[in-house]
Amino acid sequence: MLVKTSSDGIKDLLSRYGDSLLADTRPGFGGYFIKTEQLVPFCRSLRDEAGYDYLSSVTGVDNFPEDQMEVVYHFYKTIGGPAFVLKVQASRHETVIPSLTPLYPGVEFQECEAWDLLGIRFEGHPDLRRILMWEGFEGFPLRKDWREPFFEDENKPFKSRWPDGHVLRTEEENPYKNNVQYPAAFDPDQWIPAGDAALYEGLLSLTKEGQSDFKTDHIVVNLGPQHPSTHGVFRMVVALEGETVLSLKPVMGYLHRNHEKIGERNTFVQNMPFTDRLDYISSMSNNFGYALAVEKLMDVHPPERAEYIRVIMAELTRFLSHIFSIGFLLNDLGAFFTPALYAIEERELILDIFEAASGSRMMCNYFRFGGVVRDLPDGVLGKIKDLVIDRLPRKLDEFERYLTKNDIVRVRCEGVGVLKIEEAIGLSAAGPVLRASGVPYDVRKADPYSIYDRFDFDVAYGLHGDIYDRYLVRVEEMRQSLRILKQALRDIPGGAVMNGKPQYQVRVPAGEAYGRVEGPKGELGFYVISNGKPNPWRYHVRAPSFINLTSLSTMAKNQKIADVVALLGSIDIVLGEVDR
Amino acid sequence: MNGWGIIRGLGVTLRHFFGTYAEDLRRGKSRYFTKQGVRERSASTVRGIFTVQYPEEKLIIPEEFRYLPFLVYDELESGEKKIRCTSCGICAKVCPPQCIWIERTTDPVTGRPVPAPVAFYIDIDICMNCGFCAEYCPFDAIKMDHDFEIASYDRKAEHIYALEKLLKPAVYYQSIRPENFAREEASRMEKEAKTSSKS
Amino acid sequence: MDEELNNPKYEIPPEIQHQVAITTVDKIYNWSRRNSLWPMMFGLACCAVEMIGAAASRYDFSRFGMEVMRASPRQADVMIVSGTVTKKMIPTIVRLYNQMGEPKYVVAMGVCASSGGPFKEGYSVVPGVDRFIPVDVYIPGCPPTPQALLYGLMALQEKIDQQSIQTVRWYKKGDSSPIPIPVLGPDLMDPRDFDLIKRRAQENLQMEEQVSPTNIEEADSHVG
Repeated sequence: MLVKTSSDGIKDLLSRYGDSLLADTRPGFGGYFIKTEQLVPFCRSLRDEAGYDYLSSVTGVDNFPEDQMEVVYHFYKTIGGPAFVLKVQASRHETVIPSLTPLYPGVEFQECEAWDLLGIRFEGHPDLRRILMWEGFEGFPLRKDWREPFFEDENKPFKSRWPDGHVLRTEEENPYKNNVQYPAAFDPDQWIPAGDAALYEGLLSLTKEGQSDFKTDHIVVNLGPQHPSTHGVFRMVVALEGETVLSLKPVMGYLHRNHEKIGERNTFVQNMPFTDRLDYISSMSNNFGYALAVEKLMDVHPPERAEYIRVIMAELTRFLSHIFSIGFLLNDLGAFFTPALYAIEERELILDIFEAASGSRMMCNYFRFGGVVRDLPDGVLGKIKDLVIDRLPRKLDEFERYLTKNDIVRVRCEGVGVLKIEEAIGLSAAGPVLRASGVPYDVRKADPYSIYDRFDFDVAYGLHGDIYDRYLVRVEEMRQSLRILKQALRDIPGGAVMNGKPQYQVRVPAGEAYGRVEGPKGELGFYVISNGKPNPWRYHVRAPSFINLTSLSTMAKNQKIADVVALLGSIDIVLGEVDR
Repeated sequence: MNGWGIIRGLGVTLRHFFGTYAEDLRRGKSRYFTKQGVRERSASTVRGIFTVQYPEEKLIIPEEFRYLPFLVYDELESGEKKIRCTSCGICAKVCPPQCIWIERTTDPVTGRPVPAPVAFYIDIDICMNCGFCAEYCPFDAIKMDHDFEIASYDRKAEHIYALEKLLKPAVYYQSIRPENFAREEASRMEKEAKTSSKS
Repeated sequence: MDEELNNPKYEIPPEIQHQVAITTVDKIYNWSRRNSLWPMMFGLACCAVEMIGAAASRYDFSRFGMEVMRASPRQADVMIVSGTVTKKMIPTIVRLYNQMGEPKYVVAMGVCASSGGPFKEGYSVVPGVDRFIPVDVYIPGCPPTPQALLYGLMALQEKIDQQSIQTVRWYKKGDSSPIPIPVLGPDLMDPRDFDLIKRRAQENLQMEEQVSPTNIEEADSHVG
């Protein structure tokens, strides 16, 4: 799908579809509205003629109390450049929108999520199920008029906290004792859980094609949710023929923590520590993405020193996340614990730096709109230098000596779980998974944010798209991170780290913003809509781990069951981000 | 594919293994159970054994480390406890999971609010240790503690901290965060000097 | 070790001191249990990463006899509930708990496991794993540092020390039925609360008959 495009391809398109397109002219908003029936043809032209081959994010916006639901698409070109934003509107009561899965298979899970949380039905979607909640759950929780059982107030801060704060535990007030909501006249004895029947059916229907005459029974195996090799509470349902995987479906939602619903109730500042808990291995990157999105809306820019500190922290995070993921990939391959333990040693040393700078090892909460919380304390910069110049390169070499040429690692990883280049783009894979398939697409280069355009570094990419290439890409990225870190440490200026006075209630003008960073797992995007009030109206996270999982079933097809575990390790998911 | 890669890799683990003994022999006993030893073992130059033998020895906690919030009081010369909190409510408003409850004092005669809390609760079962309350408090009244040894057997009875449990003296605050304390004292002195020179 | 085990309540004649040790069954029993607490390899969320950290070389909880992380509940003694317990996950957790052999302990690591923590207000989070399974030690913190986890595990060891073989749950006759597994209905349902749910659903129905549909939402939100 890498198509040569003329620079004015998009202009042609816009004039050709002029009748059904409408520019979004609300102040602070951008992009185009398109008529529902023209969505699919337009997107086909967009992909094939204008070269927007990468559909990064799909999400819904509930414009309650107006009877209007909006779906927002962010298209990019894998050769780099800014986004093309497309919006579709539909009624809240009968929200049906054509699915884009035939054009961009990578939207599969994102559309499921929009159906699950917002009740937007995508017509033509192959397997539209609840993906984060379970089948049978009552209501669509992200709709603005849906209230949870512990509902206290539309927005934070809650009135009951001050000045007359009488402490209570909300769950004790709840008559059902279980944080629960039921429809009227509901009889629990008559309830038959929907269970996984639909899931298994969907799974087996995929296996019907291409069967040989030789009749064999297919076995369905559940891996997870409590399974030592899955990285957290994640479940894979696999249909097997012998040991060969015929089809695979990931099942998630076991760690769905209502990030977006809580995020829309929080004030803008309050969301910062919640973003830490998305991808909990790399909290600094999450802070970065969210800070960028809101700074776009507020139009503030951090001072120089803060920019450098941000880059230093983000790159340390990338190193930490990659070394951790490699350690656990080896765990998944059966090299129990030793590589992981070596990796954790380096991780601990980096966490010490985070702890000294931000106060917490994992949940850093270090970035603010317009800077960072505080300057690096005395001695921390020296510690970072010691690590970056001496320790980490040395340990990385040792790690490579230990693993890269190891015959077992190579036999297990080379040629396993191949994701072809066009599949990777179509499936909206991101980060090392995309780059290992041969697409040198890195947001830091393709659409530079912060001060990344000042650093000299290369984008690591592979050619084969197998597990081994993903491993190599991660190793190379760590080296590039160290390169950036050395430059940043050399150039870091003095001065303030915060623009203006720290405020606990920031004023964010109305509008929309999509802030994206190249997180360790891939493109991490935050889509924020403000309506001028202290709380975001819509707050959506484009989670790379979640979207990378879309490609899992493609990769796993016709592999051996034992390799599926390694495959999962090579995608490097973090459940906090998958389920949010 | 002749197994050479595996042997080379095993060499790395072997070096790690012998390294632990070599380092212990070289450095002797001073490596363990001393503050210097812990510092050495958490520096980037560490070789050999990496383990910190909690609880006999503990990692050195950096000044900015945050766990749970506490309220600071100054001890006046008369021995009276002067709570810094004025119950302005900023911490309760900024708290992301809303785990702070404050009851403001009202003057029984005039019915007007008095800048002191009647009651102050923190549900430590909700607190996410983000440190916003300490960061935005304009009176340096609420700070983040370093004490993490607080596991308990009964959360219902013990995990809502009321005013008495939250209060800790300014001396304690100074002992855990000397640099922050010095900075805040300096800026307060400056402010006081300004106001007194104005009047 | 011998000092720990020797029971000073009984007087040992001076001539055989240091040759004979007198102890109680309780002490031996507790000593051996407390020093071989095998946790279940079971990570839920952010806290799991700190739990891995506590198992790794810097904190190394094998120093307390906990080195063997068991993937199977049948072989585990202690379940460290490390992270947010969601409604979708709780049936699995209860099932795992039921499968663990006695004596079994539960440590709620982090505020999410204790009470739902910062995510409690959400729609899909269980407000504390202790709604369903008994918890022995709560470790506050978000996430607790590995040292805080170690402190919590030491607190669990202390708790074990105080137990007596005569009163422990697993040697008592009578009630040893497993915990009923919650059902995923329109929302999470605890089988022990079915009557309550029915009653409330009836009340809702009556309300629906009395008032117009628009008012129901308000009434519901009051309750919630």
